[in-house]
Amino acid sequence: MAKRKYVKQALSQWMNGVGPDSEVVISSRVRIARNIRNMPFPLMADPSRSLSVMEQLLGVAESGRLNGLGKIEQIRLTDLTELEKLVLVEKHLISPNLANDSRNGALILSPNEDISVMINEEDHLRIQCLSSGFQVHEAWDAASKIDDIFEEQVDYAFDEKHGYLTSCPTNVGTGIRVSVMMHLPALVMTGQINRILSAVTQVGLAVRGLYGEGSEATGNLFQVSNQITLGQSEQEIIENLFQVARQMIEHEKSARSKLLTESRLRVEDRVRRSFGILSQAIIMDSKEASQRLSDIRLGVHLGLLPEVNELVLNELLVSTQPGFLQMTFGEAMSPEDRDRSRAELIRSRLATIS
Amino acid sequence: MQCQECGKRPATLHFTKIVNGEKAELHICESCAREKGELIPGTSSGFSIHNLLSGLLDFETPNPMAKQPAAKCETCGMTYAQFSKIGRFGCSHCYKQFSERLDPLLKRVHGNTVHVGKVPKRAGGRLKTKREIDRLKKEMQGRIEREDFETAAQLRDRIRELENEMSG
Ligand SMILES: [Zn+2]
Ligand SMILES: [Zn+2]
Repeated sequence: MAKRKYVKQALSQWMNGVGPDSEVVISSRVRIARNIRNMPFPLMADPSRSLSVMEQLLGVAESGRLNGLGKIEQIRLTDLTELEKLVLVEKHLISPNLANDSRNGALILSPNEDISVMINEEDHLRIQCLSSGFQVHEAWDAASKIDDIFEEQVDYAFDEKHGYLTSCPTNVGTGIRVSVMMHLPALVMTGQINRILSAVTQVGLAVRGLYGEGSEATGNLFQVSNQITLGQSEQEIIENLFQVARQMIEHEKSARSKLLTESRLRVEDRVRRSFGILSQAIIMDSKEASQRLSDIRLGVHLGLLPEVNELVLNELLVSTQPGFLQMTFGEAMSPEDRDRSRAELIRSRLATIS
Repeated sequence: MQCQECGKRPATLHFTKIVNGEKAELHICESCAREKGELIPGTSSGFSIHNLLSGLLDFETPNPMAKQPAAKCETCGMTYAQFSKIGRFGCSHCYKQFSERLDPLLKRVHGNTVHVGKVPKRAGGRLKTKREIDRLKKEMQGRIEREDFETAAQLRDRIRELENEMSG
């Protein structure tokens, strides 16, 4: 069977559009956690109950109530190979948690891949909306609409005091997690990043590195998200994150223009060297790849690399991950094979544009 | 507050632990926490939110008069010990079953214990009406202060209507 696009193509369609403030924010995401009343959470559900949860929730898609989204895909996790699941994780369409423990797990996916609904993850229902660039309000509006559609059909576990009841007490209340993925190379280069990140954590937000081992930030990519879900309204949560991220964007932008005026040659040299290495290298480990791609992304936005566009970078961000490499070059690769294939992939992709 | 370990940097992390019935408070900075191997959100030290939660869940309610909470959720069978180990509930009834111990935990995690956000249209109808009544009462008070008694009377009638709806 031919591979479907959601596992074949590295780039989701929604990432093609260049969103607002995309020179700093790669994507925005809102996730809503919900559960069905009087059904044990997936953790404690026996197979027959988790199956009936899955059927009930897939039924909403089946009933055509999600018609506004276009031609949606319904995917049972058991129909996917391990590698296909890994690819969906790398595209942020499912969580590692769902990929690892997918008994009666399922996914509902919009054609653009900007809406992905996970079934039987830690909670029965996790509605996720992704948008390119800095668009947290838009992502919330979209997610909340999907939430309303499910709510017409499903009795949610809801309590007057604690709000939407979730498996983990860190999600209870609104059940929302809003996050932005930011590229902050100038703040890292100028040594301001730690001060800013510690300020961010003090206003109730969390920061994680992206695509790294554990939560280490590789490629200067950081994910900022809310930690509080109870006692604040969705609007307050989103506005708080929006304002903080707004300030981080401004700090990053001013650090970039300072770099450009004060050490243009050094930055240009660094960007061009990274471009040279990525265009020529035979072996490229993932850590170096993300650092060099970060340099190139910075160069593109500073106008130092007119030949490269953002789309190529977004694609390489995903397609150089282990799952995608194996999808492209064949399964079961050793780390050495991966480093060689990664270099090959980047070389050939950059060769097409220069 | 200064960090208890280095005494140099401000303490940004605050833990309370109960060890053998003794309450111990720990106030440290992020770099000392990292060195000590305490796990912090958003760092590379392998932190998992569930690890941190299980630390918090050992927190006993300080009021000895408080009713002893159920040790086990009657609906899903999860025990409180299990919950404090994995940091996740087994079902929505666990919230009721463990409610006595829950508020201190939620206060620590969120700084709050009461939901103020979105309400589902069907299941949350009552709550919506309640919130609407609160809002109308406030508005009525304002009207009375401004001596706009006509509007205040209209608001009073609307509040009665809603209150009847709720009790009916
Ligand atoms: Zn210290
Ligand atoms: Zn339970």
